[in-house]
Amino acid sequence: MNKKLRVATTSLAGCFGCHMSLLDIDERLFTLLEHVEFDRSPLTDIKHCGPCDIGLIEGGLCNAENVHVLREFRKSCKILVAVGACAVTGGLPAQRNHLTLADCLSEVYLTGPGVEHGLIPNDPELPLPLDKVHPLHEVVKVDYFLPGCPPSADTLWKFLSDLLAGRTPSFTQELIRYD
Amino acid sequence: MSDTFILDGDDVAFVPGQSVLQAALCAGRYIPHLCYHPEFKPHGSCKVCTVKANGGLGSRYASSCTLPAQAGLEVESATEEMNDLRRTLVQMLFAEGNHFCPSCEKSGNCALQALGADLGVMTAGFRHFYPDRPIDASHPDFLLDFNRCILCQLCMRASSEVDHKHVFVLSGRGISKHLIVNSATGRLVDTDIALTDKAAEVCPVGVILKKRVGFAVPIGQRRFDQRPISAQALDDAPRPSDTISGCAT
Repeated sequence: MNKKLRVATTSLAGCFGCHMSLLDIDERLFTLLEHVEFDRSPLTDIKHCGPCDIGLIEGGLCNAENVHVLREFRKSCKILVAVGACAVTGGLPAQRNHLTLADCLSEVYLTGPGVEHGLIPNDPELPLPLDKVHPLHEVVKVDYFLPGCPPSADTLWKFLSDLLAGRTPSFTQELIRYD
Repeated sequence: MSDTFILDGDDVAFVPGQSVLQAALCAGRYIPHLCYHPEFKPHGSCKVCTVKANGGLGSRYASSCTLPAQAGLEVESATEEMNDLRRTLVQMLFAEGNHFCPSCEKSGNCALQALGADLGVMTAGFRHFYPDRPIDASHPDFLLDFNRCILCQLCMRASSEVDHKHVFVLSGRGISKHLIVNSATGRLVDTDIALTDKAAEVCPVGVILKKRVGFAVPIGQRRFDQRPISAQALDDAPRPSDTISGCAT
């Protein structure tokens, strides 16, 4: 038996839907766990990435902490994968990109319907929002892209099983979706 | 007996006057395309149907929807080179607008999305523009979401050539070219567009949407959910056996 591959996962400006889709591979998780062990991931609650073979990143970059985590993953992972629409193109959070950040914050926290005595959060613990939301490849080199919101369990499984078998991941048309 | 040209090494029969794309579809050969519609005059604007053609003047790139079929013409289409160019064109169309498939009610019925999936487009390729394009929900029967316009001009052509209404026009030039509504207020409610118009059904993406029917067919059971656009296009293409197909026999 070969040494197990180490896999790290995280959700940046994402909704954890891609992680849910990974769990949707159902009983294939048992097969996966014969070949991999998880490092930093919401599944393990490990806080920082050790040296890993594969990093799966869901979500784009909407604040400074996202960029920090992404760089840690790039540094630690041999293969970095942008998982899902947000990681690949910015996705839903990037729908704010045609507005200014100041307008977004003021609409949400000051002037929006139902807001009284509003205040824009300014705690030093909060990561600073980026002016625009960016996909991962605009900040680090990304090795593979899996579009979809989320990529289906079958798409994720095809990708992982190809990679574990040493094949270049390839997809039939029905496994490529953008919605 | 009819003339033939060569498409990816095979003879394809054509009727004089046909374009390379028309003759190819008649012969059951798919060339990816987007702004071409069999009921309208070829337009040649999206360039997705570009092929490499070797005629009397040497090898050149041409839109197969406007390239007249000629005897002996050698055409390359299903090559890695051409499909790479097509993937780039699709990525550029995605980058120019706000094509957010997860929230689009046209998902599964969208030709741009289906083309991307069929060509295997996995990456953004370009930095997206995220333009600011307000929607027009003024009309009781239609929603216009300009974020998804790819400037194929099919709605323009349908509205002027078939409906004789000129509801849609393009404004601006170059990168600022955009679709507008031809009314004094610029709003759709102030035009005479009707649900039965050709312009109401011809949009290949999710710009012109009929209200109250968006999810009548659930996602997963839509046109391109069942079959890739390449197979669907050949199903829809005229056959030489059809009496009025215009195909070579």
